[in-house]
Amino acid sequence: MPEQNHLIVQKMQDITLIELMDKKILDESCIGPLTDELTKLVEQDKFPRMVLDFVNVAHMSSSALSMLISLHKRVREKKGGLRLCNITPTIFEVFKITRLSEVFGISHSREDAIKDVLKGR
Amino acid sequence: MYQQWTIPTDLKTGRELAEDILHHVRVQGYDQDVCFAIRLALEEAIVNAIKHGNGCDPLKKISISAYVGTDKTDITIADEGAGFNPQNVPDPTADENLEKPGGRGLMLMRAYMDQVLFNARGNEIRIIKNGPVQAQQ
Repeated sequence: MPEQNHLIVQKMQDITLIELMDKKILDESCIGPLTDELTKLVEQDKFPRMVLDFVNVAHMSSSALSMLISLHKRVREKKGGLRLCNITPTIFEVFKITRLSEVFGISHSREDAIKDVLKGR
Repeated sequence: MYQQWTIPTDLKTGRELAEDILHHVRVQGYDQDVCFAIRLALEEAIVNAIKHGNGCDPLKKISISAYVGTDKTDITIADEGAGFNPQNVPDPTADENLEKPGGRGLMLMRAYMDQVLFNARGNEIRIIKNGPVQAQQ
């Protein structure tokens, strides 16, 4: 299981499971390296299918949302799929307020997210 | 608690100061959701002042004052930039802007705080959240 600074990455079939390890994803000191690591993961697959697990994340900024939007766009350009999961109710509220809950596929648990990605949602 | 600071245009210093203010907020008995809201707005305001206000110029300063009481938390953040007109910031929840990366900081501050005010020049923001005592009234 390769472990990176801000992420724990696992491969399951052709799905990349990514657990975000930071409790707070707020500013450039975290978002910069996170973007680099996530971009690398998107670029390494022809059709990236990814699950992003927010189980450790308690705080997020608008910059983190911007990073996710760019990541999502790139995954779609490559005809891949991205699901988010294990989002706390407080963080989910941020997605709802910004209407990004309508843009991202959000699953309750990691297991649900894997099923949803496999179904091409 | 009322305190004023002048800090350099530096994210690390800004983050440390935000932590310091949030410590006082927690001590005053604000619940977790309100602490989350104040943290989010404060972080957004400081990052805006550093990046958009002072343009990350290390020669410029940021002035912050904070009142934290059981009645309210009232924080003012001023940068040395030219200022902006908050009315001109596009609505990030409009269909055409939904997938544009930027522009959500201000709307999140407005959503999470009870009041968000600007000075006329637009280089100073005041964010206010009602405290636990006021909330019980």
